[in-house]
Amino acid sequence: MLHIYCPHCDEYREEEEFRPKGEAHIARPAEPESASDEDWGNYLFFRKNPRGLHHEQWFHAVGCRKFFNVTRDTVSYEILETYKVGQQPAVTAESRNGQASDKGAAK
Amino acid sequence: MSQRNRLGTGGRIDRKRPLSFNFNGVSLQGFAGDTLASALLANGVDVINRSFKYARPRGVVSAGADEPNAIVQLGSTEAGQVPNVRATQQALYDGLVAKSTNGWPNVDRDVMGLLGKLGGKFMPPGFYYKTFMSPASAWPKYEQYIRKAAGLGRSPVENDPDIYDHMNHHCDVLIVGAGPTGLAAALAAGRSGARVILCDEQEEMGGSLLDSRESIDGKPAAEWAATVVAELATLPDVLLLARTTANGYHDHNFVTLHERRTEHLADLAPLANGRRQVRARMHKVRAKRVVLATGAQERPLVYGRNDVPGNMIAGAVSTFIRRYGVIPGQRLVLSTTNDHGYRAALDWHDAGRAVVAIVDARDKPDGDLVAAARSRNIRIITGSAVIEAQGKKRVTAAVVGGIDIDGFRVKGSTQELACDTIASSGGYSPVIHLAAHTGRRPVWREDLFGFVSGGVPGQIAAGGANGRWSLREALGDGLEAGVRAAAEAGLNAVTVTLPTVAPVREGKPVALYDVPHTKSTMRAPKQFVDQQNDVTAAGIELATREGFEAIEHVKRYTGLGFGTDQGKLGNINGMAIAARVTKQSIPETGTTVFRPNYTPITFGAIAGRHCDAFFDPRRYTALHAWHVERGAKFEEVGQWMRPWYFPRGSESMHDAVQRESRAVREGVGILDASTLGKIEIQGKDAREFLNRIYTNAWTKLEPGKCRYGLMCKDDGMVMDDGVTACIAENHFHMTTTTGGAAGVLDWMELWHQTEWPELEVYFNSTTDHWVAMTVTGPNARKLLAEVADIDVSAEAFPYMDWREAKVAGVPARIFRISFTGELSYEINVQANYAMHVCKALFEKGAKYDLTPYGTETMHVLRAEKGFVIIGQETDGSVTPEDLGMQWCVGYKKPYSWIGRRALSRPDTHRTDRKQLVGLKPLDPKLVLQEGAQIVLEKDIKIPMPMYGHVTSSYFSPVLGHGFALALLKGGSERMGQTVYLSMTDGTVQAAEVVSPVFYDPKGARHHV
Repeated sequence: MLHIYCPHCDEYREEEEFRPKGEAHIARPAEPESASDEDWGNYLFFRKNPRGLHHEQWFHAVGCRKFFNVTRDTVSYEILETYKVGQQPAVTAESRNGQASDKGAAK
Repeated sequence: MSQRNRLGTGGRIDRKRPLSFNFNGVSLQGFAGDTLASALLANGVDVINRSFKYARPRGVVSAGADEPNAIVQLGSTEAGQVPNVRATQQALYDGLVAKSTNGWPNVDRDVMGLLGKLGGKFMPPGFYYKTFMSPASAWPKYEQYIRKAAGLGRSPVENDPDIYDHMNHHCDVLIVGAGPTGLAAALAAGRSGARVILCDEQEEMGGSLLDSRESIDGKPAAEWAATVVAELATLPDVLLLARTTANGYHDHNFVTLHERRTEHLADLAPLANGRRQVRARMHKVRAKRVVLATGAQERPLVYGRNDVPGNMIAGAVSTFIRRYGVIPGQRLVLSTTNDHGYRAALDWHDAGRAVVAIVDARDKPDGDLVAAARSRNIRIITGSAVIEAQGKKRVTAAVVGGIDIDGFRVKGSTQELACDTIASSGGYSPVIHLAAHTGRRPVWREDLFGFVSGGVPGQIAAGGANGRWSLREALGDGLEAGVRAAAEAGLNAVTVTLPTVAPVREGKPVALYDVPHTKSTMRAPKQFVDQQNDVTAAGIELATREGFEAIEHVKRYTGLGFGTDQGKLGNINGMAIAARVTKQSIPETGTTVFRPNYTPITFGAIAGRHCDAFFDPRRYTALHAWHVERGAKFEEVGQWMRPWYFPRGSESMHDAVQRESRAVREGVGILDASTLGKIEIQGKDAREFLNRIYTNAWTKLEPGKCRYGLMCKDDGMVMDDGVTACIAENHFHMTTTTGGAAGVLDWMELWHQTEWPELEVYFNSTTDHWVAMTVTGPNARKLLAEVADIDVSAEAFPYMDWREAKVAGVPARIFRISFTGELSYEINVQANYAMHVCKALFEKGAKYDLTPYGTETMHVLRAEKGFVIIGQETDGSVTPEDLGMQWCVGYKKPYSWIGRRALSRPDTHRTDRKQLVGLKPLDPKLVLQEGAQIVLEKDIKIPMPMYGHVTSSYFSPVLGHGFALALLKGGSERMGQTVYLSMTDGTVQAAEVVSPVFYDPKGARHHV
């Protein structure tokens, strides 16, 4: 069971309090009516399923009821950071691959 | 039977407290402090079980969690039955009743054993798959018999009367195992002021210290253990949990501990002060640091007929002698690859019985323990191993031969040594199961001939679990781990002086797993690798020859490592054999993987208190007591208990529903609608928010008005609906479906927080705050006028308006909305006034025969009107237009609301989409089955194209015939067509496609 730091509550809480909401940073196209069918389909249906670093949206459903983002390694389940909606991740696959020491875990 | 193998002195048993127990119908005696296994051995019981596949007689092999054979069915009563109990871990209590889990008619005279003897040659790995492969359809039948023949224990057929619970903990340091390493770690962490939990699976803390030959600080090791436990017990932040197994290691240092609180006392938990005690407890521990002080398990050697009772692990022999005062035989032969194994021979000798020989695989053993054996004039045969045991139900002799380990062959002649016990030691394997549960692969250490932890963040493996076998090293490693864990948890760790332990000079061990035989492995007598699953060295060879080379495949093909012991004894030996045959190294064949749980755990402990009423808590409306009083039958809607119908006398459900429906159409009825989701929406942008989240327009809705709203997901599919009322310019009261309430609130918060944070809008769930009573029917207005303090005339209070009023003297909101098609008022009052208002309504309503109705009548009435229920007519693939609800879609709204863009995708424009229609069966008495598939031809052929299905179907009293709602491909173009439906009774029924609005299509009845 994951131990998740809620960036709104400023506390670690048990996974039982949270709900996963899938990939983070899915922006709704600003002008949906001028989006092509393909773009709209990509927005609606296509999601990443990486082995390794993933940015996910979580919901503190039985806590503060805030949505926030989590950078998590889908292999080791290590949580590298949590951050608020609207912020960008500090840890990314690119930034991480630059660090030789972490390569083993990401493989 | 006397305890003929009980020593006169020694052991940690209480000879003043004899206990009676029963094994396979025979009454036996043991002592307090015994395990079931030690008591059975004391009584000279050799055969405890028949093996799983070959039905061979089997006895006790080990003294702990790794026991593969001595698995029993426990329980003197049906409700108290516990399957698959390891006799080596079950404390003896007075009145204990145990049975063998395999063996028919009994373990001594087993019919399957005869088959097993035949099968010995004819049951290779994959035997069942190969033999019973055709016809495939007969497999379920075969399987029934195979399972019966091969099964382990059985579950009780009666309910478990015991209670179990869960506890949550946060601690600085969790230490698993209270042997020398764990106690040293606990001492260091505890003295540092850390919040420590120390758990140990055994009856008593101390681990190997309880049967150690060594001394600490000049005293017996067990005394040091008792002193440390006593000190730890005085520390306020140290929690000591004996009889507690750390069973599962989960992400981020979350460990589940299974504490058995009463299983050492009786089958079922005894009463304390008249109340049943908690039988087992699951501790859920989130630890900053975890110290694995789980020790090591000794590997047996693999040789011919090594499963005959009397073959044991060397360390277990020592444990039975030193801890339980039980010597499991008369004459011992020890086969070892290392110095540690010698302890079994020394203990045996010192207990006064004969050690025939120590057979050492090494050419020149020379440690301190070897010297101790020599000083006792014990015969040592070097460069050799036991290659085969003789005997059927008990060892009668050991066949010993010189071995060439590198060449994997026996050198020279062999000799037979008469004995009744063969102890073997192939070295130790660190117990690293908990380090592998989270998916981290263990790492092979060639210097240890074993796997160690692959490194889990926040976890420290120490002592035997870290490959430190000697007492001195284990204590030192434990102290270091305790200090480090406390420091890493943020405490000022204090150092503890290592107690004095005399160093033991140790000779180098040699790597030997399966012992060569004079015959090839395939032809030699069976050499068991995994006794619980009857996996042999030959079986593993065969598996690798058949192409199962990866160890994971070998395991699945042969069954190696399955069962209650999870390969604790057999895994490494099995890998070594696969490696030898495939000419690879052990790590090249793969690594060993362990999954929770470490030892079997009762479902009761997993469930804890989450059973019966607490399994899935029910929700009741504030009027529930009233419904019960009226004899309502209830149905579960999500977690809610809703009145389904209110039978009068012996009325059937059908009759009740027909009566309730007529009452609403002709007089007045009342429904408890409190379960509908209610969400308070406020803020200056509340209206704009509604415009975006609903498909229809909300810009012009004035205070005092209500509107029906439809909600889509962004893929254009309907997800919820409900009526929303404008309370004030910046204030709305939204209702949702009963089941959708929580999801809709999440949904709105998601959009607000992630896409439209600039909108100033706030949400709050008010579902439980309001009770809603729907008063509906032609007489509804007359009744309302008698209880409400406002003008309820059609002019003053028109359809789709709401009013604030006092009803029966209490504040209320009355919504004039209709889900029945009749004149309707939904009266909402604060939940704690509900009963008062309900009673007032029935008092005034008696003269109108105010009739309570339930969800079934509600369904009939709304379906007659063609009103959909989200989740019944829809399934996440239905658009508003599919439902014929274009009138509820605001294509002209400026903001591209949720779902709008998707409604212009080509797929949502297909003309052959399934659309909502009505179906009128040609047989007017018929009620079509919900879920029935619709076809266009009367003659049913399989396969044939399906055109849709029935979503709702009832008998309408007001129409006088059955009717249904359905989703039908191109349905809106098929009005008047006849379609066919196949019923589960095999008949095919015809129905006419009609409008989904069966009753009062102009809506004249509610516009009054």
